[in-house]
Amino acid sequence: MKIAMDIELKDIPGQLVLALKPVSEFGGNILSVLHQRDKKTPAGRIPVELVIELEERRLEGLVEKLTECGVKVVRTGKERLRDSMVVLLIGHIVHSDLRETIDSIDSTGFAEVVGLSLSMPGVEKESSASVTLSAIGKKELNEALNILQRTASKKGIMIISPI
Amino acid sequence: MNAKTVKISIVGFGYVGAGVAEVIKRKREDIARRYGLHITIVGIADLNGIFIDQDGLNEAELMKLRTGEKKWERPDDMTTRDFIRDVEHDVMVETTPTNVVTGEPGLTHIITALESGKHVVTSNKGPLALEYSRLMDLAARQSKELKFEATVGGAMPIISLVKENLAGNGVLSIQGILNGTCNYILTRMAEGELPYEHVLKEAQELGYAEADPSKDVEGIDTAVKLVILANSVFGMNATYKDVDVVGITNITSDALQLAEDAGYVIKLIGEVTREGCLKVRPRLVPKDDPLNVSGTLNVATIKTDLAGDITVIGKGAGPVEAASAIIADLISIYT
Repeated sequence: MKIAMDIELKDIPGQLVLALKPVSEFGGNILSVLHQRDKKTPAGRIPVELVIELEERRLEGLVEKLTECGVKVVRTGKERLRDSMVVLLIGHIVHSDLRETIDSIDSTGFAEVVGLSLSMPGVEKESSASVTLSAIGKKELNEALNILQRTASKKGIMIISPI
Repeated sequence: MNAKTVKISIVGFGYVGAGVAEVIKRKREDIARRYGLHITIVGIADLNGIFIDQDGLNEAELMKLRTGEKKWERPDDMTTRDFIRDVEHDVMVETTPTNVVTGEPGLTHIITALESGKHVVTSNKGPLALEYSRLMDLAARQSKELKFEATVGGAMPIISLVKENLAGNGVLSIQGILNGTCNYILTRMAEGELPYEHVLKEAQELGYAEADPSKDVEGIDTAVKLVILANSVFGMNATYKDVDVVGITNITSDALQLAEDAGYVIKLIGEVTREGCLKVRPRLVPKDDPLNVSGTLNVATIKTDLAGDITVIGKGAGPVEAASAIIADLISIYT
């Protein structure tokens, strides 16, 4: 699971290494580190944003270990859905049971509709919508797109997907 | 250096055919000097008539046919087929209008030329989209060249780019904007926040769209060009019926705005892949992608296994642009 962590380090040498070592001890991989020494908190600590790959059940242990080392863990967030894509729809989107269209993606368990922007120019006119699909991986994202295309095609809705 | 004389005929003296004649007049000396080729137009044939002169027709005189100052003639009721077969020349330049259903009259012209021992250079998409294998096999049997760079992308080199300059590469896919009319309409709808019908009318007034624009806006023109690429680059035996085609007629200006908000533009993209995918559809193109070109320009991104992604951009339409591709093909037959 991809996990985003906001931590704060003491402003003394060696703190970043101290914070990153436990990640691999707990079987995790570091995906990205944003370390901005010039952005100190009011308490004089240095904020660092980490994104790591780690088994969910090991997170609690990692947080405990970091806290023991004097690293303050401010926030952790799970990013289950790693890949996303914007798709446009044109047609009678709302009146062709929009809820069912969204559910066809949400019910898969591996993808979700995480954003929707709708433009409805007039009562009888076709609407345009921008839909953000998110899935746990690229393969699943493409599968979600296929599902959306099949659903839309049945309802006479046009899909515009990215190249 | 002694120049080699190359006698050509132009079959179909419309927009493109006349453009070829004009460009030859302009570039004759330059081509002779650079490539050792002296190009002479020994005959032109059109629905309206036929002119022949083995010493070379005068291009300025031929242009008067377009304005009506000079009248068409037809020696001895000669048909175009007779002309192609019986008039002695080296290369037939075929520029009659494309018919995507039958490929005629271009198909018969090309077969007649190849069978009577002439090379063929053409801008006519119909025959290549419908009978690619048959024509290429005939050309090979006759040991003659059949060249058609002008059928896809106008002045933008793509077929020779892939087959000659990227020789040795495995081509994984080609994605591109191959129709200038649709690109003009979508660009203008986005920049002016204007509805489709309004922009179509404007395009027709400017000469970027025809009175019956369906071949362009329904994606048919792009699909035909895609089939030619599929056959010539990927060796598929595809026809127009194998392409999944959706045009731009239902694109709303709201959709373009939503795309812009998300960092994209909408373009009509033709896509052919090594796996056999053949699709013409409006697609979301990231704003900073090289495929995002505006106005009437054409663009193609070729994905290869050695050279990575190669993108080529150029003018897709216009008589001088098509003539540019035709002249390049002509020169390549002899160099």
